[in-house]
Order: sequence, then C-alpha cells, then structure tokens
Amino acid sequence: MKEFAYVRAGSVEEATSAYASHTGARYLAGGTNLVDLMKLGVEAPAALIDVTRLPLDTVEELPGGALRVGAMVRNSDLAAHPLVRDRYPALSQAVFAGASGQLRNAATTGGNLLQRTRCPYFQDLSKPCNKREPGSGCGARDGVHRDHAVLGHSAHCIATHPSDMAVALTALDGRVELAGPEGARSVAAADFHRLPGDRPEQDTEIRPGELVTGVVLPAATAGLPSAYRKARDRASYAFALASVAVVLRLEDGVVGHAGVAFGALAHRPWRARRAEEALLGAAPTRAAFEHAADLELDAAQPLRDNAYKVPLARNLAVDVLSRLTDTALTGRAS
Amino acid sequence: MTGSVGAPAERREGREKVSGTARYAAEFHSPGRAQAWPVPSRVARGRVTGVDTAAALAVPGVIAVLTHENAPRLAEPDDPTLALLQNARVPHRGWFVALVVAETLEAARAGAAAVRVTYDAEEHDVTLTASHPGVYVPEEANGGHPAVREQGDPDGAFGSSAARVDVAYRVPPLHNHPMEPHTSTARWEDGTLTVHTSSQGTGAVRAVLAGLFGLSRDRIVVTAEHVGGGFGSKGTPRPDVVLAAMAARETGRPVTVALPRRFLPAVVGHRAPTLHRLRLGAETDGRLVSLVHEVTTHTSRIKEFVEQAAVPARVMYAAPHTRTVHRVAALDVPSPSWMRAPGEAPGMYALESAMDELATELGIDPVELRVRNEPDVEPDSGRPFSSRHLVECLREGARRFGWTGRDPRPGVRRDGPLLLGTGVAAATYPVMVGPSTATARALPGGSFLVRINATDIGTGARTVLAQVGADALGVPLERIRIEVGSTELPSAPLAGGSSGTASWGWAVHDACAGLARRLAGHVGTLPGQGLEFRADTTGAADAESDFARHAFGAHFAEVAVDTVTGEVRVGRLLGVYAAGRILNARTARSQFVGGMTMGLGMALTEGSTMDAAFGDFTESDLASYHVPVHADVAGIEAHWLDEEDSRLNPMGSKGIGEIGIVGTAAAIGNAVHHATGVRLRELPLTPDRVLTGLLGRRT
Amino acid sequence: MGNLQHHSRTTLRVNGKPHTLTVDHRRVLLDLLREDLGLTGAKKGCDHGQCGACTVLVDGRRVNSCLLFAVALDGCEVTTVEGLFGDGEEPHPLQRAFLERDAFQCGYCTPGQICSAAGVLAEAAAGHPSHVTDPVAPSGEPVPLDREEIRERLSGNLCRCGAYPRIAEAVEDVIP
Repeated sequence: MKEFAYVRAGSVEEATSAYASHTGARYLAGGTNLVDLMKLGVEAPAALIDVTRLPLDTVEELPGGALRVGAMVRNSDLAAHPLVRDRYPALSQAVFAGASGQLRNAATTGGNLLQRTRCPYFQDLSKPCNKREPGSGCGARDGVHRDHAVLGHSAHCIATHPSDMAVALTALDGRVELAGPEGARSVAAADFHRLPGDRPEQDTEIRPGELVTGVVLPAATAGLPSAYRKARDRASYAFALASVAVVLRLEDGVVGHAGVAFGALAHRPWRARRAEEALLGAAPTRAAFEHAADLELDAAQPLRDNAYKVPLARNLAVDVLSRLTDTALTGRAS
Repeated sequence: MTGSVGAPAERREGREKVSGTARYAAEFHSPGRAQAWPVPSRVARGRVTGVDTAAALAVPGVIAVLTHENAPRLAEPDDPTLALLQNARVPHRGWFVALVVAETLEAARAGAAAVRVTYDAEEHDVTLTASHPGVYVPEEANGGHPAVREQGDPDGAFGSSAARVDVAYRVPPLHNHPMEPHTSTARWEDGTLTVHTSSQGTGAVRAVLAGLFGLSRDRIVVTAEHVGGGFGSKGTPRPDVVLAAMAARETGRPVTVALPRRFLPAVVGHRAPTLHRLRLGAETDGRLVSLVHEVTTHTSRIKEFVEQAAVPARVMYAAPHTRTVHRVAALDVPSPSWMRAPGEAPGMYALESAMDELATELGIDPVELRVRNEPDVEPDSGRPFSSRHLVECLREGARRFGWTGRDPRPGVRRDGPLLLGTGVAAATYPVMVGPSTATARALPGGSFLVRINATDIGTGARTVLAQVGADALGVPLERIRIEVGSTELPSAPLAGGSSGTASWGWAVHDACAGLARRLAGHVGTLPGQGLEFRADTTGAADAESDFARHAFGAHFAEVAVDTVTGEVRVGRLLGVYAAGRILNARTARSQFVGGMTMGLGMALTEGSTMDAAFGDFTESDLASYHVPVHADVAGIEAHWLDEEDSRLNPMGSKGIGEIGIVGTAAAIGNAVHHATGVRLRELPLTPDRVLTGLLGRRT
Repeated sequence: MGNLQHHSRTTLRVNGKPHTLTVDHRRVLLDLLREDLGLTGAKKGCDHGQCGACTVLVDGRRVNSCLLFAVALDGCEVTTVEGLFGDGEEPHPLQRAFLERDAFQCGYCTPGQICSAAGVLAEAAAGHPSHVTDPVAPSGEPVPLDREEIRERLSGNLCRCGAYPRIAEAVEDVIP
C-alpha cells in the first residue's frame, strides 16, 4: 500500500471539492472493500476523502411515502430499520444475507453499491484482468470460474457483482442519488451498474468525482410482499452462488406487479424484465413462474464450470415467487 | 491416588486466552523490532533472472531486501522447502523469491510491492490425473508405510465376487489454515539466536536452525508459548522461522515474519488431492472377499510427500484378497504436507463411502455390514490388536443416534423442499508414541514443578500433563506447576500424529513416579532447590510392539438437502470413540468435536482448485476457501467408551486429536446419498454439485 | 520517515484511556492496537475482514479492526478484549462463560469471539434482527437469542479448532 493523504470531509461540497483538488483520490466510507483492495494493491489512491462523517446517515420518509436512505447509513442499521423491515423486506433480508455482523456494522449503503467484484483474478495483481488492467486479458474465462457470470458477460470480463443489497434495490425500483462537480442527479438502481462490454474497468455509471449520497425507494405500503433468497457454499458469511429478489403484488387473482432481480449471475444485478413481462397479468401458478424464469434465463451463456447457476437461479425464482404468492393468498408467511 | 486423570479439569492457560494476555509468536515486542514481508514468485517454474530492489529500498522505512543474491548462505536442509533465497530456482508459484525488512508492517508491505523480479519462465504442469504419464509408485508413502501391499489374488477374487463395487472418488486439495498464520520472531544476541515461533514442536525448529546456520544447539532458544492452531501445518519448521532468523542476522534487529494469509497455501503445505479407485468384492452375506484401494496423488518437484490414503484399508476389514497402492506424480505444485489425519482422512472418506455403496448394493444395513467384516487380527500385518472396539462404537453410536429401524431406501424422506437422510462411517487412527524426557521437582513449599518441552497448540497439554503428574505423585492437581513450550526445558517430541499426550505423558508419569519414590525414601526437610527426578522414555516409548495399536470410532450424520438450491445442512453429527483412557473429559470432548467440525468442512465446504494456467491455488484466502462457520455447525456430540488397554503407555491412552475428522466426511456423504439417492463421489458437496446431481436424478 | 501529508495526529479512547498518536494513514486500528499500544488481544488472522479474529468494539459496535484506518477513527471509543476484562480481577461474564464451557482451544480466535458476542448481545437487545429471525417478528423490539440466532450472528468469527458448539453455549449462558 502506497502512502496517501487523508481529508475528512464535513459536507458533500467539501467532499467533492477535496476530490477535485487531489489527483488520484478515492472516497473512503466504511472501507470494508476499499481497505481490503488497498492492502492487495488493487487500489492505490494518492488521497482518501473520508465521507463517513457526512450528514447522510439517516433513513427518512419523504412526502408521498418514498424512503430515502442516506449513503452513510450502515448496512446493519439499514437492514434493522423498522420502515425498511416492514415495507421493503427484500432489502432487509438481502443485507442480512450478506457478509458478517462486523462488516455490516462498518459497511455503508453507498459503499455496498460501489464494492468491486470478488473475482480472484481481479484481486491478484500477478494475473491478467481486464477490469483491473484494461487490455491485460481475462484469467477467469479459461480458468477457475465456477462463481462467475452466466448472463451478459463479454469476451473481456466474466466477473459478477457481489452485492446482495443492490439486487434487492434493483427489484424494488430503487434509485441511486449522486452528487458531483456537475451537481446532483439520480439513476435507477437497475441502470446504476453496467455490463462489462469492452469497458469492464467501469463497474457503474458513476462519473469521476461523483459521490453516492443516498438511495430512494418508491413508496410501498407495509405488506407489499417482497423477499430475497440466496444460495451459498456455507450457511453464512459467503458470497452468493446465485440469489433472487422478488417484489410481487397480486390484483384480482393475477399478478399486478412483479419486480424480479437476480444476483451473482452477471456483472450487475440482473433485472429480469422478460420474466416480469411474462408474469404481468398471469395467474400466480408454479407453471407460470417456471415459464417466466425460463424466458429470462434463456439468454444465459454458461461457461465450462458454471452451468449449474441456470437451474439454481430458476429454482430460487420459482421458490420465492411461490412463497410470496402463498403469503399473499393466505396472509401468512409459508 | 487422587484421581485427577479423567477429570474435566479447566484449561490452565484459559484465563490468559479469554483476557487477551496469552502471547503468540508475533507478540514479543523488543526494542527495534522490525517487520518483514516476503515476495512470492509469479511463475510456476523457472529461474529468477533478476531482482531489482532499488524501488523497494527507496520506500521510507525499508531496512533491507533479502534475495538469493545477498541472503545469508544456509547449509543444505533435509527439507528442501526451507532452502530459502539460496538460488535462482523457482519450483512452484508462490515460492518466496525475496524478503523485505522494514521498520513497520506498512513499509514492509509497500516495499514488497515495489520489488521487481524478472523470471525465465518454463512450461509448467500442475494438473493431476490418474493417467498422468509422470505417475510412479514411490518406495513408501508418508509415515514410512510401504507404497504397495498385496495379499492373495485380489483381481481374480473381485472378478468372481457375488457383489461388486468399483468406484472412483476424488478429494480436492485442502488447506490447514490455522487461525494464527505461520509466524516467527527472531533475535540474535552475542551469537545466540532466540526465536518465538508458532510451531507444533520447538525441538525440531531448533535442530533445523542449528543445521541451517551451523550453530550448536545450545546457542539457540526456541519458544512456542501459545500456538494458534497447526493441524499438521506447523509440525516442522516452515519458511517464516528461517526467514526471520536470516533477516535478524542480516539486519542485526529483532525481526518478525508473520506470513500473510494468502501466502499460506503455497508455502506451509497442503493436503494433496487424492484420486481413489475402490473395488470391493463380497459374498451375498456382505463378507468381503476382495478389497482393492488404489490412490493417485501429487507431490512437488522438490519434495516427495505421498498422502498415505490407502493405509487405513490395511487396518479396517477382514478380506482374504487385498491390494493397497499409492501412486504419485511430481508436478510443479507447492509441496504438500501433513494435514490433520494425513492418509486416514481422505482414505477413510473413500473406503467408508465404498462400504456404504456395498451395503446399498447388498441391501444390508451399513452398520451390520461393518460388523460382519470385523477382523480378528490386523488384516495386513496379522498382528493382534492391543484393543479394538469398533463394533462397540458402532453399536453405541447407533443406539444414541436412533439408528435402529432406519428406512434404508434412499431419496424418500421429504420435509417440504428438503430431502432427509442419515449416514454412518467408521473411523480409525493409529496409536503413535515417541521417546521424551521430563523432570519433576518437589519444592520446599509443598508444590511440584514439572518441566517438559511439550507444545500446547490448543489441545490442553499443560492441563492434562499436570493431571498425569498429580496422579503419579498422588497429590492434588493444584499442587502441580508445569512449564512447557521452550527448548530450555527437557526435550520432547512435537504435537503431531496424535502422539503428544502419550509421549509427553509417559515421561511426565515416569518423572513424577520416580520423584514419588525418591520422596518416599527421603528423610527430613527438602533442600532449598528441592528434589528432582528426570525421566527419559527412550527404549520404552519407542520399543516395537507386538500389537497393532489403533483408536477406532463411529460417526453418524443426519442431513437435510435443499432441492431448491442443493445446499446441504448437517442437523446432527454424532461420534463415539474407543481411544483408550480419556485423560481429561473436557479438553478431549473439544478435540473430538473440533476434528468432526473439520470433517464437516471437508464434506461440505472446503476445497481448493489448482489453476492450470497459473499453477497456484485459486482459493487462497478465507473468503474463498470456506472453513465452516458457526452457522454450519448445528449439533455435534462426541462420546467415548471406557476402553482399557495396558499395551499402550502408563496412562493407557490413545491419541484423540485426529480421529474426529476421519470418517466424518464419509458419514455426511453417505447421508446425502440416503437423502437424495444420488451418489456424489467428489468432495466437497457444494450446491453446484448437489443440485446438478439432483437434476440428473429426475431425468 | 514519510512526509507530513501522510501522517496525522489522531486521538482514540481505548478501553477508557485517551491516546494521542501521530499515525501513518495506512495504519489500521488492529496494527495500532497491537504495535503502538501493546494491546495484542485483538488478533490478526487474515488482515482482510474474512475471519473476525481482530474484532473489537468501536463506539460500542463490533467491527473488524483490520479494515479500519486509525486516522478515520479520531475521537472514537474503542473497547478491546483487554478492556472487557475490566480493571479488577473479575472477568466479564462472557469471559467466565468461555472458561466454564471450554469454548476455545488454541485461543487465537477467542478475543474476537468474545468481543463479537458482546456486540451480538447489544444488537439483539437493540432490536436488530438477523438472517434467521422470523420476518414477522415485530420491528424495534429486542430479539430473543436462541441457538440458531447465536450461530448466525457469530458466523463472522471463524474458529478452526471447531469450538463452535461450546461458544454458542457460552453465549447462551450470559443471555440476561
């Protein structure tokens, strides 16, 4: 790790202007991924702009019922917040399904979105990786890639995004709020992360110097059914092999709204638009769920050792859709 | 007799460990102590053509960079993995090619990142297959076991057997990953070397350092006060201690080398992958006619280490026709070494899985099948067992577990999306013991001081040896003081091979019994320095026995397999052991349960992948190499039989540190088969494999 | 060594005592505790937030001290396993329970397990659910800690000796 300058920002403006005045700067929030990557040499900032003390650490209900979560709200506080638990259970469940208690206490909402892939080739400076070093090649494509992407990957990169939280935000139609030198803007969570294409070094649509200031969840009444489920190699404290977040509203016995997003299948949380379209207006039957999942996963292009992710994702989606349906029909969690 | 042995005495060092004051190898601060960070090779085979240290030396705080061009010359070690920075040769990826010494950890790490190494890389080959052209039959496997044993006509007998199982299993490379990475702090003063190291035995560390540096042993002090686990990977010196001693000599400063976690898989040894072929031929009543266990494994180019995975098949079951074979290919891989129950852990996974397959084939209860194949004498050697209570372990385990009345049909018990099943497997581990010395001294105040260079790697050695001493002296436990973990103490062997307590306990027993005799003959008050007796078990502990001596056990597992995800959860794991006399019920239970937990990891979560293109283990950190976590371990129970065996040692004990892992993976794998009807023959049973197996079942 | 731009005066309260140091910005809390303050109770098992051996409490919350730059913690309150032990001879109830249950072997993960358990007790009392909490459990109320809850919540603390069952029992012993 190279030496670096340190600036503690007291306001968003201070943070963005400090960023602008330090070449090679990075924002430091919880640090659970950035410090890790700095120790590995994957990140080598010349300056850290500490944003942890910005007044972005609250969860507030907006007029009209939307919920804004400040970027500095710690993952554990986000997941435990009564409004989040009651109205957006998929989000709470996703966060609690990730990492460990210690990491969730440190990691922030903004930082969770911006964490980098855990691809072992990305993390190892001694190996080629187009994401870390554009043009150097991809070690994973012909290497060890059981955990890698089956959807939307490119010749340049087969990495997956590791966040659980972002998958739920995507299914919930959340938006990411940003502030930067050119002012504030917001981007749909589903569009915030990118597919690798020929620029795998760019994980997200964030612009240089921009800071995530928060995420906004659209209004949801308590009881809008949503859920998150994840499969992993051990019972806790492991990244997803595949995961799914589902929001499901039944109206007059058919699907009135469905939000479905897969995790660990692609370079970004995978919003399953085709599945959602197929579900809309359909009777909530197992056959309909299977059909919808198959439509979405038709596009999968598994690699040598990760074909299992396709049936795994299908099973997860069908299972969570079925459970939410049971809950909606019986009024009880199944 | 006061009866300390067997009591659940509390760990003597417990208070230090829970308060954070127990000191480990990196925690010996002395003025001027420097930190060091190694630089691993980026090629899997070749030569270092140049090391540019200029940028590293320019990093503020960097004191020195050691390379093969400037490092102190060492005498050639018996263990080639310790010939560090002695030449340009790179035998595998991750081999250390430089060491940066700096004022701080941060400077050392930054310095290591700034070292530029150029290589002349050669083609490498790291991929083990059973048909690899380089496969050969070694002279012997680890532990001095003959590579091949054969009795009768196993092929002919197999061909004419009424029931046959012919199957292949694979156990992947596994990593020990003790919680404390390999660490040493070294200091030279007036030609004397003092080392604090994380090792399972400081005696071997001192002997190796003496050889490498050409010092007499009395100029070297090695201590291991507390050791954060080893599981075989700290059995002999590892690179950290050699590098620390070199760097300290070169810089004139105390130096700590704490190996970064990611470097461990390449340099501290690993359990080599094993490819198993099992052929079991049996009569319709289940009695084995032929047993063939053939194992293929890898070793490195610089060191032959052959995981003795076919050896337990020489111990377990009566079969008139048998063959056990070890084959090995030397590849451009890191050197494998010991990991908890080398040989037995992977070997019994394969053998006990095959026995389960045979039971299914024959429609015989798997407990009963094992009982029917119980031998009268050790099958391979013909020697009588000093004691063998495998059948009793199976019966007692079956009773406690509720095995009776088990529906043998696979794949029929459902609980919603879950498939439920139970499995059993046997366990065995040899009794090993080595000669040791110890002293016992009676002090004027009425207390006793026992001194022995045992190492407490978490087994509770301090505690159990005090118990042995108390009983031999016939005094209450509180009156025994004990000193362990330093070469300044009477010499003793390492904590390994489940032999520590037997070896050390024997010497402590003899020293204390001898002291008791002296005290009985002593008249009047004790002299100021007390009265001492020294024992040396050479000639007794290492005497050849006429008996085959092994511990045995039985493992039972209950699993739930999620048909949605392929995730396997172990609801219950139960072990029953016959391991001689249990000397401390509290610490013994912890050891058994700990072994079973590691076996659970072997079954479900642990596995490493050799990257063919780069020649290293991909899962090099604790985020990707999945050691079981709390949530994986629901219910584990360990029980034991009161086994009396007078042919072992004065305590009547067998080792208990390793048998817990043996057979656990097979019991879980057999339970997964019972749950799903799918026989998966490659570990670990991760969701990708299990789900793929479940999907195949439906078509 | 280094230039001023890369070091800062930083004050931390550790186990109730203030410490003001000039720290290299690269120094993480774990190394500050171990190297600068001689508090070696927090252990380095992986240095990357993957094992939990370095767990301490910062402002009352459990965190991995290996992933926190010390400079960013200026003004924070840090409690380590040494601090839990307190001034006197009396161990913390968790420490006593670990002893009584034999909830460790090599001891290397133990300080982290104990600090983590202290954090778990506080989190559950504050109404934080977990991955295994029934989703219909009421928000904002203390969560009862059964064995499954304890296991899930402590899963960020690896123990290679396999003391997990005993650790869960020890934590259960001190639940109020």
